[in-house]
Amino acid sequence: MSALFTIIHRDLLLVMRRKSEVLTALFFFVVVTSLFPLGIGADATLLRKIAPGVLWVAALLSTLLGLHRMFAADYQDGALEQLALAPQSMVLLVTGKIIAHWLVCGLPLVLLAPLIGIQFDLDANSLYVLMLTLLLGTPVLSLLGSIGAALTLGVRGGSVLMSLLILPLYIPVLIFGAGAVYANSVGLDISGHFSLLGALLILALAFIPWVSAAAVKIAIE
Amino acid sequence: MNSVNNPSFSNNRLINWFKLSSPSTFYPVAGKLIPIFWLLTAVFGVAGLWVSFFVAPVDAVQGQGYRIIFIHVPASWMSMFIYLVMAAWAGLGLIFNTRLSAMMAQALAPIGAWMAFLSLWTGAFWGKPMWGTWWVWDARLTSELILLFLYLGFIALQASIDNVRRADKAGAILALVGVVNIPIIYFSVKWWNTLHQGASVSLTKSPAMAQTMLWGMLLMALCFWMYSIAVGLMRVRAIILEREAHTDWVRQLDEVKN
Repeated sequence: MSALFTIIHRDLLLVMRRKSEVLTALFFFVVVTSLFPLGIGADATLLRKIAPGVLWVAALLSTLLGLHRMFAADYQDGALEQLALAPQSMVLLVTGKIIAHWLVCGLPLVLLAPLIGIQFDLDANSLYVLMLTLLLGTPVLSLLGSIGAALTLGVRGGSVLMSLLILPLYIPVLIFGAGAVYANSVGLDISGHFSLLGALLILALAFIPWVSAAAVKIAIE
Repeated sequence: MNSVNNPSFSNNRLINWFKLSSPSTFYPVAGKLIPIFWLLTAVFGVAGLWVSFFVAPVDAVQGQGYRIIFIHVPASWMSMFIYLVMAAWAGLGLIFNTRLSAMMAQALAPIGAWMAFLSLWTGAFWGKPMWGTWWVWDARLTSELILLFLYLGFIALQASIDNVRRADKAGAILALVGVVNIPIIYFSVKWWNTLHQGASVSLTKSPAMAQTMLWGMLLMALCFWMYSIAVGLMRVRAIILEREAHTDWVRQLDEVKN
């Protein structure tokens, strides 16, 4: 267990040493969401309607920006091989890296979302639901993304390829995440959306660390 | 392809299936099977098209346009089934480290992608007269589109990794992760009440369509099966030649020597 915390601590420390990369992804999230009202026009009803989708798509894309950092630097300087040689199981170490990625790339989006939501004229209740869906959904994004990050290690055009691999897998999270906010705004029951998002998170937590660990091992073989 | 340096197969009546897992044994066998499957494709295709265009009655509600299902349904079935077969081969390759399994998976991917594309394309032609729109964001259409993306992702991933063994294994992991999508496509019309109609053919209850329509569809499905197998074998033979180009048995092949 201490290995898990060590990995998280190490990754967070590395991020803090080079803040610009993280801030770029966050800034990207803010800029992309701000482009929509400019492109579509400032019609408040329309903006309220598209807000969940826009925020979720922007969240997907900005998570994607940070993904290549999850393993790539460690792969290049050989740290990943040393981690694979460590007595602790690779699954645990990969889980640590995924958690670190979420803390850096997922959690800030959850905290920023209400601020952006206000720009789209969402009411307090919608903002609350939006935050909750992002809280449940962004960990799934980090988990699924880790598969793509591991599979494309050291591959030509890796980051473009990664988006091709990962974005289709993100679709269910997008549908239920944005769907919950929309359903809430028209007064429908949203417990189903939350159950499905929760189920996705549990399934992803249960299986993906193993898949990603296997993918990392293939890459450093 | 009779002069292949491979005595183990030619004089052996009882086919040893494990022997076939070696590319050098499989290559000539596949070569012999390809014409048979092309012939079957033609037979089932002609029969199926004849039944579907001339024998099957005009649908009471949907008119002549319904005849698209004779292409659309088999293509959709194949797109899902090929993915399962591809993932199974990829998984076998990952577990047992057999070379031919990975080649099979690689050979099947473009066929499956083509079937998924065909399914979406014919579906759009169906949707325009029946639903009044080329495309709706319905659960089944969306999940079929994801399937197409998964195929393309698999092909792109394999193509961009230079090390063949790593490409196979990475592709296998992606293929196995994507298997989750298949039940979602298949049951989407049951789980969500959307525009796409429910399954007309099922194993458990009698089909909800005229007998001749069912026959036309089944014949076309068989035709698509045979086509997929024939093209799959051709593709896998090409892949074998490409990957085993350094070996002696490939150099001694007639088609390589000339």
